[in-house]
Amino acid sequence: MDDTIKLSVINMTKLYSNGDGVKNVDLDVHTGELVTLLGPSGCGKTTILRTIGGFIDLTDGDITIDGKSIITLPPEKRPTSMVFQSYNLWPHMTVHDNLEFGLKLRKIPKDIREQKIAEGLSLVKMNGFEKKYPGQMSGGQQQRIAIARSLILEPEVLLLDEPFSALDAKIRMEMREELRKIQTDLNITVIFVTHDQEEAMMLSDRIVVMSKGHIEQQGTPRQIYDNPVSRFVAGFIGEMNFLDDGTGKQIAVRPEHISVTKGEGGILSGTVRTVMMLGHYLEMTLDTDKGLVKVYINSDQADEFEKGDKVALNFDHTYSYNKE
Amino acid sequence: MEENKTANDTMQTERTVNPYSAKAVRRALGRKRTGELLILFVFMLFFYGPLIHAFMLAFANVYQAGDIIPSEWGFHWWSYILKQQNIPRSILNSFLFAFCSTGLSMLICIPAAYVLARFKFKGRKLIMFSFLIGNAFPKIGMYTAIGIIYYKIGLMGTFFGVLLIHMLGTTMEMIWLPAGSFRSVPKHQEEAARDAGAGPVRTFFSVTLPIAWPGIVVAAMHAFIGSLGESVGTLLVGLPQWRTMMTEMYGVILDFPATAGAVFAIIIVVPNMLLLWIMRKYVSADTMAKGFKMG
Repeated sequence: MDDTIKLSVINMTKLYSNGDGVKNVDLDVHTGELVTLLGPSGCGKTTILRTIGGFIDLTDGDITIDGKSIITLPPEKRPTSMVFQSYNLWPHMTVHDNLEFGLKLRKIPKDIREQKIAEGLSLVKMNGFEKKYPGQMSGGQQQRIAIARSLILEPEVLLLDEPFSALDAKIRMEMREELRKIQTDLNITVIFVTHDQEEAMMLSDRIVVMSKGHIEQQGTPRQIYDNPVSRFVAGFIGEMNFLDDGTGKQIAVRPEHISVTKGEGGILSGTVRTVMMLGHYLEMTLDTDKGLVKVYINSDQADEFEKGDKVALNFDHTYSYNKE
Repeated sequence: MEENKTANDTMQTERTVNPYSAKAVRRALGRKRTGELLILFVFMLFFYGPLIHAFMLAFANVYQAGDIIPSEWGFHWWSYILKQQNIPRSILNSFLFAFCSTGLSMLICIPAAYVLARFKFKGRKLIMFSFLIGNAFPKIGMYTAIGIIYYKIGLMGTFFGVLLIHMLGTTMEMIWLPAGSFRSVPKHQEEAARDAGAGPVRTFFSVTLPIAWPGIVVAAMHAFIGSLGESVGTLLVGLPQWRTMMTEMYGVILDFPATAGAVFAIIIVVPNMLLLWIMRKYVSADTMAKGFKMG
């Protein structure tokens, strides 16, 4: 990753006939950076991605790659490549032909094509699958091929539209790790769309949190986790307890920022409702007069607390938001 | 020794009880299976009986009504039918019309089907529906109306006039089924092709059309068979200049013995069966179901 700006979305607006869409979005993506557009469904993240890819016309604004506007170009002329959530591969072509399609269109000679296909396959660890048809592979394997197909075209910006969300949890984890590795190794610029905050935290150099067609906050995963600027971001990223403070504001506190001791006292008192073992830590749900509160405690404290115990809560760090 | 004895015993039983007797079959299959087998047999006879009968008649030189099996086999009626002046020409005509009407309606309908499948516009469903209307009216009434127009514009008895009649049926097939096939091609697959660098036309020919192809093949086959079977319209509009197998069939049934009719029936049925056999991998309930959705 370096400081040069690869892609700029400048004051972009896209409105659909039903009034949905995105408004006045500004976004810069640096060369070699992996930026995640994160938000609930309908927040406009896919709209932005598809506009960059050329599949949606924008209502207003501009998109530039290396300083040149791309908005008048059709998808096939744009220096971007997109991986979709599913149905990426052409079912009537073998893996080899799927990979070769774009290279042929670029009039790359046969021997170089074959070399690139081999490289692409080894990048996603799919050597030996050349003769398979998409229908003969698992969903995860198909997505690997789809990523390889995009990578060998050497796009200026790689666009990924929830590429792993149709895969099961274990494969999804593996794919994230591999994608991150390939991305840093090749220093490619990636825009990744997801609704999964955990995925965004794992992968991103920078997260752009979106809600209802606008950007709520952008920053590194750390910045966003530590300093959520709005009630929406605070609720969307990580676990957060929201407590009414009686003045129309809400106190927000993360489970790991609550210390619990047995007995009375503290800022808030409560009763243990459930204790759940989650590996090296425990998740405890407490009944308080401000509602249910979730806390994390170390597993060596596991024996200290039982259902029904009276406990005292103290907060190490809190946030304050206007009630929504 | 023991084994030998049992083997002997079995042979003895086989000799005493006829294994093909109704009793033996019932014992072997059980009461329920015997019933099912009987029902199957009746249905098979119902479906294939007339066809088998026609096959048999076609190769009968001499057949008296009331006989089950012809008293003399041979190709007498084949040579008789094929020697008729009009008939070889009518076979040729039938295939000419079938090829032309299927090909032309493919050219016209495949792009139309794609538009109907992919673009949302006002009146789309009405247009889809209108292709069914042609089949909703009694054909004979429509042909009479068409005949009046044909006389006025001089299409009566012309090749093009008959071709249009045939295309009346084939276009419906070539719109609905292919539209369904195009609709079932995931949009992402087309977008992925655009993304990889293909223009809209190349995307259509490299991705959309090959994926939709099975449905189009089935539609073309239906259209072809439909055109081969078209009779009433051709009779009204084409005769006497243009005769097809189907219109000749009327004459053969009226003028010749049943054995000649059977020969002719086979000439008509065989190409259809061949087509179905060649296209068997494309023909599935699934492709058919996809085609007849309004969407």
